[in-house]
Amino acid sequence: MLKELGTSVRFTIVSVVLLGLLYPLAMTGLAHLLFPRQADGSFVTRDGRVVGSAIVGQLWTSPRYFHGRPSAAGKNGYDPTSTGGTNLGPSSKKLIDATRAAIADLKRQNPDATLPIPMDLVTSSASGIDPDISPEAAYYQAPRVAKARGLALAAVNALIARSVRGRTFGILGEPRVNVLKLNLALDALRS
Amino acid sequence: MTIIGWLQAIAFFAVVLALTKPLGLYMMRVFGGERTLLSPVLVPVERAIYRLSGVREDEEMSWFVYALCVLAFSLISLVYLYVLLRTQQRLPFNPQHFGNFAPDLAWNTAVSFTTNTNWQFYSGESTMSYLSQMAGPAWHNFVSAAAGIAIAMAVIRGVVRTSAKTLGNFWVDLTRCCLYVLLPISVVVGLFFVWQGVPQNFNAYREVTTVTGVTQTITGGPMASQEVIKELGTNGGGFVNANSASPNENPNPLTDFIELILIFSLGAGLTYTYGRMAGDTRQGWAIFAAMSLLFFAGFAAAYAAEAAGNPLVHRLGVLGANLEGKEVRFGAAASALFATVTTDTSCGAVNAMHDSFTALGGLVPLVNMQLGEIVFGGVGSGLYGMIVFVVLTVFIAGLMVGRTPELLGKKIERREVQFAILAILVTPILVLVPTAIASVTPAGLATLNNAGPHGFSEILYAFSSTNANNGSAFAGLGPNLFYNVATGINMLFGRFAVIVPVLALAGALAGKRAVAQNVGTFTTNSGIFVALLLGTILIVGALTFLPADALGPIVEHLLVLQGKTF
Repeated sequence: MLKELGTSVRFTIVSVVLLGLLYPLAMTGLAHLLFPRQADGSFVTRDGRVVGSAIVGQLWTSPRYFHGRPSAAGKNGYDPTSTGGTNLGPSSKKLIDATRAAIADLKRQNPDATLPIPMDLVTSSASGIDPDISPEAAYYQAPRVAKARGLALAAVNALIARSVRGRTFGILGEPRVNVLKLNLALDALRS
Repeated sequence: MTIIGWLQAIAFFAVVLALTKPLGLYMMRVFGGERTLLSPVLVPVERAIYRLSGVREDEEMSWFVYALCVLAFSLISLVYLYVLLRTQQRLPFNPQHFGNFAPDLAWNTAVSFTTNTNWQFYSGESTMSYLSQMAGPAWHNFVSAAAGIAIAMAVIRGVVRTSAKTLGNFWVDLTRCCLYVLLPISVVVGLFFVWQGVPQNFNAYREVTTVTGVTQTITGGPMASQEVIKELGTNGGGFVNANSASPNENPNPLTDFIELILIFSLGAGLTYTYGRMAGDTRQGWAIFAAMSLLFFAGFAAAYAAEAAGNPLVHRLGVLGANLEGKEVRFGAAASALFATVTTDTSCGAVNAMHDSFTALGGLVPLVNMQLGEIVFGGVGSGLYGMIVFVVLTVFIAGLMVGRTPELLGKKIERREVQFAILAILVTPILVLVPTAIASVTPAGLATLNNAGPHGFSEILYAFSSTNANNGSAFAGLGPNLFYNVATGINMLFGRFAVIVPVLALAGALAGKRAVAQNVGTFTTNSGIFVALLLGTILIVGALTFLPADALGPIVEHLLVLQGKTF
């Protein structure tokens, strides 16, 4: 057993240097050489100021912007240092109460909405920083956003249609709209 | 359910199928010590590792010495990770100045990664330094996966060698697996992940002011290099708490698809390696077929349940699939697919929160783990787990027709069956007994996130997952001293109380002579055998776990239909 333990210690040291240090360091070097923007976290800038990351959802409350999904990450939601979902099960009273409240909030914020309530706007995401909403969820909010900005509904709907990302290769994942990119495009629309 | 949802699963399976033969052949060459494309670069590295570690490349080991090496290395790697986590505060690559882990959490995490479970009672993004991530869990991802594959190779050698005393050399198998299989794939696919948006840096977290003036802290870290080996080695411990549901780890449907392929591919390839080394590739394809049927059955059930959605939410006037705890970019189909794949294997990475699945949707991952993760399985552990069931099946078939059971011409006798039964019995004992204890003790009930039958499911899921070395969770269940210690012990026994009898079984088989087949031989490469094998797996699993599952997800499903909440 002593011989096996000795080999174990030596193998551990050698492999930690190779796989635990050299490998991630080399990968970081290569990543910055080939894809520096993504390696750093896909930050998005506007007027020279960083306003977030393209792959990380953020909190929106103003009626002038499209809102993301309910979030269980951190105290106020959308905290990337505290990712996760509600972990409430299908028979949870808390879950049903929270969903009911989310529906009521949504209806209050969108009095002019005519479309059916989209499921993703009343359920919490898995990560708490979901950057996307479904196209249906964007169209649902369009009347509110158009009214708050004094834009024609058709113009807002057209912007949504341009912002939808379809399934990869036509089959993978679901169609979606990145909320940050949509809202930045919305701001650009006005000027 | 939609056709497109099914097409995702079928496309995924087609890619895995296409990779099975080339990967299986490649692994056979690697573990046979033959030259491969990468040899000119990697042979010098391999030699250097042997020299520095004091390994003699040509030394062959008996099953006992092989098992001793597995245990010794696991012990050292456990102690190493424990020390690393307890001292990370003073070590470099810690830009967020995270403190040291508490003793019970460090123990739980060290066991978790040593056993290839990667159960996460910690939140990576708020507790673990970059050094701990890459030299701890990420390193463990390589070596615990390689150890699993090494053991599978030893078991295959045991089955196919005749009148032999040895099963190979653990250190050589371990090194070759890391160098020739895991590392090259990790480099290539890891860079692909960066291209697709997975961060890879050592930056401190960055405070940004969002468009509407909210302060948000964007995390960083060497994520891509860890993400790839986390899936490839069926480890599953995420860089961040939300695991592959986080857009940092898994930014789009394509990365999701690739992650799924990484999880299945080596386990699938090993079935081909097995058949090829046994001199009859149909032996491997028979096992592959049995695994595939279980995969599609699991996906169909999980997808149907998640696409149908939660009736209690529908009553509120919002219709559609269950999206609680799911990401928009994945939706019901890709989430159900991931949940099935991650528990068919011992991976345990998640792209959605299993705790928030519908009752029947959550039953699928639970059952997958309780069956022993033999659908492609943990890298290595899936194949050796399946071979145990193969031994049991030929034994039962032999009893039915009144002949001495044989596997590849070797008589299966008392000793072999005893070891096989021992390995199979570990699962029910280690899942059901602690679940029962936790269900009636204050400490076991203290950290539940859900009440009623779903609370029981959280406990049952935790012990099923840790015993099976899966690591996925009904993550509402929180850590406390009881769970840190109990699941830690569970993970250790779940891994090593299976590995030791399996290696003993392999050792016993290796020593046997093979007799020629005749017309009375029950072959292990036919459709009838696949059906019998499936029957054995399902009957053993159902007899053992159906009562417990009935108390959790099944009762919950019936109550939800009646409109009950807890």
